[in-house]
Amino acid sequence: MSSQFPWKNRPAPEKPKTAIYCLKGCGGCDEAIIDLNEAILEVVDKVDVVLWPMEVDSRYEALESLKEGEIALSIIHGAVCDPEDEKAARLLRAKSRLVLAFGACACFGGMTGLEELRSDQGHAARGERTYPLSKAIKVDYALPGCPPAASLVAEAIGAFMDNQLPPRGATLAPGKALCSACPRNRSKPARMEITRFRRIHEIEADDSCFLAQGVLCLGPVIRSGCGEACIRINLPCRGCFGPAEGVDNTGLNFVSGLASLIGAETDEEIKEVLEGIVDLPGYCYRYSSPRAGLEAIQGGKDHAEDRHQTDRQNDHPDRRAREDRTVPRRRR
Amino acid sequence: MPPLLSRADRTERVLIGRPAEEMPRIAPNLCGPSRISHNMAAVKALDDLYGVEPPPAARLIRELEFNAVHIEEVSRFFLDIFGSTIAGPDAALPHIPGILGRVGKDIGLKAINVRKKNRRIMIHLFGKASHPEGGLPGGVSRGVVEQDRDWIREAAAESLEFAQFAIERFKDTVLADKTYFNAMMDDADRLRTCSMAMVDERNEAAVLDGLLRIVDPDGKEYAEFSPGDYARYIGEWQESGSAGSFTYVKPLGWKGMTEGQGTSIYCVGALARLNAADAMQTSLARKEADFMIATLGSRPVHRIPANHWARLIGGLQAAERNAIIAADPLLTSKDIRNMNLRLKGRGVGAVESPNGTLFHDYETDERGIITKAKIIGPDRNNAAALGLYIQKIADAFISGTDVKEGFPDRVVKILQLYDPGIFYHLAPGKAPLSVVIRNSRGEVVREINQQPAR
Repeated sequence: MSSQFPWKNRPAPEKPKTAIYCLKGCGGCDEAIIDLNEAILEVVDKVDVVLWPMEVDSRYEALESLKEGEIALSIIHGAVCDPEDEKAARLLRAKSRLVLAFGACACFGGMTGLEELRSDQGHAARGERTYPLSKAIKVDYALPGCPPAASLVAEAIGAFMDNQLPPRGATLAPGKALCSACPRNRSKPARMEITRFRRIHEIEADDSCFLAQGVLCLGPVIRSGCGEACIRINLPCRGCFGPAEGVDNTGLNFVSGLASLIGAETDEEIKEVLEGIVDLPGYCYRYSSPRAGLEAIQGGKDHAEDRHQTDRQNDHPDRRAREDRTVPRRRR
Repeated sequence: MPPLLSRADRTERVLIGRPAEEMPRIAPNLCGPSRISHNMAAVKALDDLYGVEPPPAARLIRELEFNAVHIEEVSRFFLDIFGSTIAGPDAALPHIPGILGRVGKDIGLKAINVRKKNRRIMIHLFGKASHPEGGLPGGVSRGVVEQDRDWIREAAAESLEFAQFAIERFKDTVLADKTYFNAMMDDADRLRTCSMAMVDERNEAAVLDGLLRIVDPDGKEYAEFSPGDYARYIGEWQESGSAGSFTYVKPLGWKGMTEGQGTSIYCVGALARLNAADAMQTSLARKEADFMIATLGSRPVHRIPANHWARLIGGLQAAERNAIIAADPLLTSKDIRNMNLRLKGRGVGAVESPNGTLFHDYETDERGIITKAKIIGPDRNNAAALGLYIQKIADAFISGTDVKEGFPDRVVKILQLYDPGIFYHLAPGKAPLSVVIRNSRGEVVREINQQPAR
């Protein structure tokens, strides 16, 4: 019998293979995926999860038998800390068409990088490091956050399932700085002058702009998209979503802006105001120490080439934004 | 992921040089599954560091959030970690949809709903559920308004119903299963050590505020102390060849891997909370605890497989407490911070995480910058008891260089009784354990390696 309806005999389309893997992390990003709640049942129904050690008995070495590019999407979270991490990352890259750096550790290196701020002891002195995923492999997309916000996770997975992902190289979160979305934005004075810095436990914060109250908040330089999770519980931003579009270096950009807000004239007055700030590098680089190229600032190895490999792709929006950006004038 | 016992010391190194008030926002992100507990232990350490007591509303808010953590444990029985408990002790664990299929989609969706509602409490009060950011010395950063009371009350009511259902289901499927029940009653899984846990002023089981109590293997109180005095009662012993130290009851001295009266080994966790306290705090939990003790013999209960059961009872108490807190008029008071802060230079906080007692100990300079940090988590508190347990089981599996099949998997089951998050997703034979047998000269005479975990 000739095949009048040839499609009837075609095999059902294969579910796209998906891998979810943690390098060195705390497991919070796995929880962020499970925070899809009921929707996760629809997701696992539509994909073939070939690797997810948190939930499925699976090991990355088993992927060796897959063809290159056989995995449609690998979601990798955690930082790169040792050769085993690099090996796992490279294998997943080889077997995947798309790689998503998921969470602050994969995107920027994460909080364990804080130890590198101290050179006297700790893993920095022993030659150990914490790196973002892009240091080991090419990354197609980034979804920052510690962990990424549930709404953005749902959007990203939805975009992948519907084949609606943006051009490669995109960060799957809004590009604007947190200040633009902050519910306290309206209380930010047109002209801010900080005459005294205070730490968050020293005040009973009201609902006005933290910086205006003299409390360090990274809102001006950090990407929005988190739902202002910390602001809404009356705590300032500590930067888990990483630099906003156009921000090359969280710390340098933040300090540059902060310096223009100091309400003091003489050197003594400025010094007195600045003495209210403690552990500035720890605030600025809490989630992104390795990516910030701190060693370059300290006169060490230049990590400029490590910064966001995806930036070099011609269609990367962040690179275009930087080329178009004019240098902001220092506020007086 | 890094070896378990190395996490605490790495975390300690990262904390040095950071402002103390940032600890609740930094410590959780560096630790594995007990992130929320690390946040709360850090907050309690800050209270001690600044010599300040939070106002009543702040205490209620903290307890509301922390109880949500213990309730979430109950939902995990049906979603991932405890799937083997429901299905039987030796079942391999498929992923979430597989487990839902095993328990039925309706129950699975109920578990997801309870998890979601309790994580909403964590997010609303402490910013995030995976990495809480909230908590300040002397209080909390966000209060509860009257408009929140209804959904909090609803979450507590659903949690209470689900916790009761979970215990009944445990009785119907696990206790009624002779294989599992006999395993629970096997003397090979009976470990007579001291128990340590937090108790309130009535010596009832507490998770957030209270003293630490150590009882001996017969259940008699040995010591009761405030968290700040932990170093007088908890010593650390470094056994050669061991990756980390063993903690023990310091005044008794290190007696080696021994159990029974006179041992200085203690355990923490859900079962220890039942053993160390005279009773549970709430009525339904008390009734369930009494039933458990009567079923298994008498208090203290040393049948370690009962840890899973005790965990459910702890979740029930947490749900009962949240139902009470949700109705408390003080919950919506605007007085959520005590600003009378006086930096002392050292602060210790303790909480009962689901896996057991967790200590955070900070020292600071005159500016409140961390100069020294020490964290003793439930894994470290239980290390000696675990070592003893494994030694007992090893005696049954190993003779000379002969190792009976199934020994590594048996060890995994032991580990999971203290920390259900360990290797729960792995099928039998897949856990990354090595068995190394040495002769009296310390030379390796046999080594069995299972696959390494990644």
